[in-house]
Amino acid sequence: MKVKKTVLSIIRNLIAWVFSAICLIPLLLILFNSLKDKKAASNMNLHLPSLPIQWSNFLTVIEKGKLVTSFFNSLIYSAGSVILCVLFAAGAAYVLSRNRTKLNHFLYMFLVLGITLPINYVSLTKVLQFLHLNNTAVGIILLYTAMQLPFMTFLIHGFVAKVPVELDEAAVIDGCGPVRLFFLIVFPMLKPAIATSTVLTFLNTWNEFVSPLYFLNRSEQWPMTLSVYNFFGMYFKDWNLVCADILLTSLPVLLVYLLGQKYIVSGMTAGAVKG
Amino acid sequence: MNRNKIYPRYFALGALIIYFVFFFLPGLIGVGYSFTDWSAYSDELHYVGFQNFKTVFSADENYMKIITNTLEFTLITTVLKNVIGLILALLLTKSIKLLNMHRGIVFMPSVLSTLIIGMIFKSILDPKSGLLNSFFRSVGLEMFAQKWLVTSELAFGSVMAVDIWRGVGYIMTILIAGILSISSDYYEAAAIDGAGGWKKFRYITLPLILPTLATTTVLNVIYGLKVFDMVYALTNGGPGKATTEVLYTAVFKKFGTGQYAVGTALSSVMFVIMIFVGAYMIRVMTKNEVVE
Repeated sequence: MKVKKTVLSIIRNLIAWVFSAICLIPLLLILFNSLKDKKAASNMNLHLPSLPIQWSNFLTVIEKGKLVTSFFNSLIYSAGSVILCVLFAAGAAYVLSRNRTKLNHFLYMFLVLGITLPINYVSLTKVLQFLHLNNTAVGIILLYTAMQLPFMTFLIHGFVAKVPVELDEAAVIDGCGPVRLFFLIVFPMLKPAIATSTVLTFLNTWNEFVSPLYFLNRSEQWPMTLSVYNFFGMYFKDWNLVCADILLTSLPVLLVYLLGQKYIVSGMTAGAVKG
Repeated sequence: MNRNKIYPRYFALGALIIYFVFFFLPGLIGVGYSFTDWSAYSDELHYVGFQNFKTVFSADENYMKIITNTLEFTLITTVLKNVIGLILALLLTKSIKLLNMHRGIVFMPSVLSTLIIGMIFKSILDPKSGLLNSFFRSVGLEMFAQKWLVTSELAFGSVMAVDIWRGVGYIMTILIAGILSISSDYYEAAAIDGAGGWKKFRYITLPLILPTLATTTVLNVIYGLKVFDMVYALTNGGPGKATTEVLYTAVFKKFGTGQYAVGTALSSVMFVIMIFVGAYMIRVMTKNEVVE
């Protein structure tokens, strides 16, 4: 019995390692080859990079791939949409959860329906043209915000219900107006949900490239994901450079993932599990 | 207390306006534009009735193939992500060394950009120098070294496999949360009654995570129908004629060639279907929400 258990445990650990390896190897491939010279990287294999390590690859791609510009573009787009999305989603989730009238329920369902709806990018050009937002950072930020709002509202809505209403009542009796009630009393209580939606909105918008593909014609406005793809098209024979570019583009996302893992997991599982 | 005064509706206005203008409105007017001859080549718009929809649903065009491709992609990735995700979730809720590390690693592909994953796998699946085929050759399994993304028989399967690799960690994570929320009392009682591992799974775990599986299915279906990034990065619809073309790569191509009316008609078919299907799916998702 004991032997059987040990064998079973070894097999389990082994399978877990096999799955982890399958998930990790493609990422190691990028890491290793970003440190090789052009010739060694042309095979894209998993051999460890030989000395001397080619740190210069990173400097080359930062310069040739215009990574500084695209990094700040991505940062502006993501930061802008995180602020707008979290603020508006929290406001909507709060009011629509606290005051459950028929109209509010309909508005909530209408907003959350956006989780499933596809965006019609083609006719979106008409809307952007009409508002003179084509090829602008503001247009992209508003677009990203619109795309993220439904899920983030859903996420925060579930959380508002857990904040006791007695808190609001006490504050109102003390003479608190609706704006102060929200920002001073309720908003701080929503901190975990706010943190989660901040991290998720950041990740989603950082990785997004479809809207820029449709609506940003000039390469100086491109975010990192789009420039790395463009770089790949131009330097597809220089895998060492492509890998270095991929690594630098993914670095912010991986950092946020490692630091905010707790919030990502709780956000992504929100609503999926009763509890 | 007057709830409308304490919780004024203007708090929701920002979200509703941005969502309506940049998300819902394009969908609505898109339906309208589907009945015109809108294109990049003419400034005038003419009403053409159901012409664009006739084009989309006609047998001699590739559009039906595109729609069946999208449905096939959705069905297969949904089933396999759920099955593999469940196996992983069951495995990674057992006592295993470095459990959290394994969970973290399997989830990691979900946070990376799909476009970048596409680029990485273009290299890995390269028939000549790709890592996968090199691996097969080095262990003497020459017959498995195939032309993954370039032959029409294998291309779509390869795209789906990469997408499953990318998305399975997310599904696993949700299912782990589902499994961990099951009270251990059930398992203890079952153990006393002499139930083995399979019986515990069949009669306790599975029925109790069915609602969670319903949610992951909804999420997978929504993702599958809207898939664009992965196909765009790996094959862009090729090889050959529409082998791996899905709805959104087709829309993007129509946009690129200036055939806006057909593009918006394709998009609108999906929009109208999803308003109804989506409303049902959202009800499944919001059912689990805590109500005060």
